[in-house]
Amino acid sequence: MSQQVTGQRMERKDEVVIGLEVHIQLNKLNTKLFCSCSTDYHEDEPNTHVCPVCLGMPGAMPVINEMAIKFAVKVALALNADVQPFTVFDRKNYFYPDLPKDFQISQYDRPLAWGGYVTIEAGQGEKKILLKRIHMEEDPGKLSYRGSITTARYSMIDYNRSGMPLLEIVTEPVMNSPKEARQFLNKLRIILEYLDVFDGSLEGAMRIDANISLKGGGRVEIKNISSFKGVEKALTYEITRQKNLKRRGKEVRRETRHFDEINNITVSLRGKEEEQDYRYFPEPDLVPVDATGIIEELRGTIPEMPEQKRIRLAEQYGIGENFAKVLVLDLKMADYFEEVAKSLAEDGINLNVAASWTVDVLRGELNYRSKDFRFAYSILEPAEMVKILKYLTDGKITEKSAVEIIRTILDKGGNVDMIIEEKGLFAIANSEIEKLCREAIEKNPKAVEDYIAGKEQALNFLVGQVMKATRGKADPAETARIINKILS
Amino acid sequence: MISVTEWRERLESERCSDMLSELLERIGESKLNAYVTLSEDAIKTAELYDREELKGKLAGIPVAVKDCITTRDLKTTCSSRILHNYIPPFDAHVVERLREEGAIIIGKTNMDEFAMGTTTETSYFGVVRNPHDLERVAGGSSGGSGAVIAGDEAVLSLGSDTGGSIRCPASFCGVVGLKGTYGLVSRYGLIPYANSLEQIGPMASNVHDLILLFEVVAGKDERDSTNAGRGFRFEKKEKRLRVGIIKEMTAKDDVMTKFNESVELIESLGHSAGEVSMKSFKYALAAYYVIAMSEASSNLARYDGVRYGHALDQLDSWTRYFSRVRAEGFGDEVKRRIMLGSYALSAGYFGKYYLKALKVRTLVKNDFQRAFKDYDVLISPTMPSTAFRIGELADPLTMYKMDVNTVPINLAGIPALSLPIGFANSLPVGLQVMGDYFSENLILNFALEIEENLDRGEAFKQI
Ligand SMILES: [Zn+2]
Repeated sequence: MSQQVTGQRMERKDEVVIGLEVHIQLNKLNTKLFCSCSTDYHEDEPNTHVCPVCLGMPGAMPVINEMAIKFAVKVALALNADVQPFTVFDRKNYFYPDLPKDFQISQYDRPLAWGGYVTIEAGQGEKKILLKRIHMEEDPGKLSYRGSITTARYSMIDYNRSGMPLLEIVTEPVMNSPKEARQFLNKLRIILEYLDVFDGSLEGAMRIDANISLKGGGRVEIKNISSFKGVEKALTYEITRQKNLKRRGKEVRRETRHFDEINNITVSLRGKEEEQDYRYFPEPDLVPVDATGIIEELRGTIPEMPEQKRIRLAEQYGIGENFAKVLVLDLKMADYFEEVAKSLAEDGINLNVAASWTVDVLRGELNYRSKDFRFAYSILEPAEMVKILKYLTDGKITEKSAVEIIRTILDKGGNVDMIIEEKGLFAIANSEIEKLCREAIEKNPKAVEDYIAGKEQALNFLVGQVMKATRGKADPAETARIINKILS
Repeated sequence: MISVTEWRERLESERCSDMLSELLERIGESKLNAYVTLSEDAIKTAELYDREELKGKLAGIPVAVKDCITTRDLKTTCSSRILHNYIPPFDAHVVERLREEGAIIIGKTNMDEFAMGTTTETSYFGVVRNPHDLERVAGGSSGGSGAVIAGDEAVLSLGSDTGGSIRCPASFCGVVGLKGTYGLVSRYGLIPYANSLEQIGPMASNVHDLILLFEVVAGKDERDSTNAGRGFRFEKKEKRLRVGIIKEMTAKDDVMTKFNESVELIESLGHSAGEVSMKSFKYALAAYYVIAMSEASSNLARYDGVRYGHALDQLDSWTRYFSRVRAEGFGDEVKRRIMLGSYALSAGYFGKYYLKALKVRTLVKNDFQRAFKDYDVLISPTMPSTAFRIGELADPLTMYKMDVNTVPINLAGIPALSLPIGFANSLPVGLQVMGDYFSENLILNFALEIEENLDRGEAFKQI
């Protein structure tokens, strides 16, 4: 008895305990999980990507998409999970109109993989978020409404999504804050994109159920949250709600709640008593999957994961730790940087320049335009970026011009040399600037006097005169240096 | 009964479309209630034959198909109100095969609702009558497919067998029926009752015709993950067999008399016979019903009135809507099995019922494997009695017990055939012949030999 109490104390050491169930659409597959319907339905009319199998017509039978197993095994291996050689699909029975068979083919006691972990940054160091299990299942269809859900007289069902391959990743209850939950999800998303099995930008690509309990309270499950921000908001709201209940001496009931994304609150769906009995049993239309061959085939083919890449980038290109950290958040950005860096390295240029221009400038300009590095690849190829950075380090263009070139290309397209030509952006030679500096000194004796007397602004005025004469093509820092040299 | 040979002989001199019209006329006047739907395309297909545009192993042969096997553009109801208006958008694998081989699909045969029954009395469209005695049942659940053969309303038919649903009507109607090794015939398009137990199989007036149809429908199909990936070709083989008589599979005295006569015949043909005891069989019936009902409870969930089938014309909340659709659409026996199956799968009872049933299933398989070390084939009476009077078995449990000789075969997944061996009180008696996995060739050779040596006059007595 006393042992049990101690055990509980250990378990409840943390004030807040959070566990997540993440549903990931393996939307980079070409066909659905159990039929050959295309997964490319997002732009199409409702109920156009359907067949007897994914509509659950009587007599139609599921056949496992082997590529889906491969994708899932790839993810499980990358998440350090113990992939099971023998895995079984089960039926999860419940009635719902978006479920064409009124049961879902899922996995129960023999999932694809057990365990695994994802590393996130926490405080000073790192934290391993342990996983409980990873399993596969089919996505249901989607309900939609004419007008709003509250005013519509009836629901409509689109079965295009029905049978989409889902991966469910269940964590242990080991996160202690909404922020950690969000970090975990971000990291997971990055890993999935590295594996090229998942496009997080598509609608419904990732859906999350979150479990949260506070010390001494019942476990509350929040169902079907569709964004990372939503997870953080829902959990933050729950912590406040549960703390308030405790403060007023009320019990936190074990229940399932729904996250209202418009009002950023959670509302009760059902209590513990109303929990469904899914009556799981093995799907008799499928035979158990022997994944031994697939595991062997894929082990060793898992691409470099973010951690490894961060270490390698820092070492191989001699760039700052912070640059490396940011670069690996987006595989396309890291790839972009590497292409630029490889080319610049041949000219012996310090690659922190390339990192800074990728991470700070280009990423900033893309974000401002709500674009990503996929767009950068299409309009400002790494080779063009190399050109810009070479001109810059050779002193042929100013930083200001470099930024202007980037902005112009992102907005209107075109190539670097053409824009420099059109806008006359090549910097003026130092001898020409020196001539202009001497002219400015001669024409503005008052300013020179003030500067010598110690007024720093006077120097800015003189630099400004030179900038005006060159229509901004002179480098301000260089100009100030030249003026100083003449006056000393 | 009409054999394929007889039908082909007539085709030499008569037009197929005329012969088919005559057949349809007879069906129109029939009291058997064996068909739920007749195909409007049948005559057109027969005309194709007359124009020599129909080729294949079954060219011009009228075949009836059980109504739980999907036929594109032809109503498929499972003899249930819930699917009374359902027209499938695709053909079952076996139907594709029939069409490829030039068969004339004449119509869809009546059955127990969703194949749940032993008498075809649970059909929404009424009971099928036994051609040998119209006051008696034709057996079930493939009652229609048995009656059309015995009643001259088709030359061949397809049934499905979950726990004896081909062999029972074969026995009661005095025709031949085969349930092959699990996986040999694709289930793609078989509307499931209990997926892990059932197979589509042929019914015919004689073993030769049975072989012909089985060769057509058995075969590889990638759309059924449980498919064995192989076909069947019959080879004539003369072999003296060791025949095991299963002690636990018995029948009423009048049936046993006929059965014992056939054992004498078998021995007189040079085969050796011995008795074998199967200890696990006393649990088999219970295990069978737990597994079948569990799977059924899930299979039949999809009939919710949203996408097809029986529907309501007014809006309601989801739970009330599908509950009413199902309350109206399903018959009592189906509801009983859904409830029992849901119960067996529910938390707290799963281990007690479903898992235990799976263990029995393994024991049954082991018992058969042990028996097949000593015997080439096993035999028993197919059914514990001859056909009952309509309404005679009012109590469900008494009805379930009628499957005692047939369900162990489905639990094990082995092949079994029912062969008519004569009459008891003017009603047909069937001999069940069982073999090891994929031993259809052995079973069919054996059945052929018995059939050739039976007193044909009696076994093929006309109605
Ligand atoms: Zn499909």
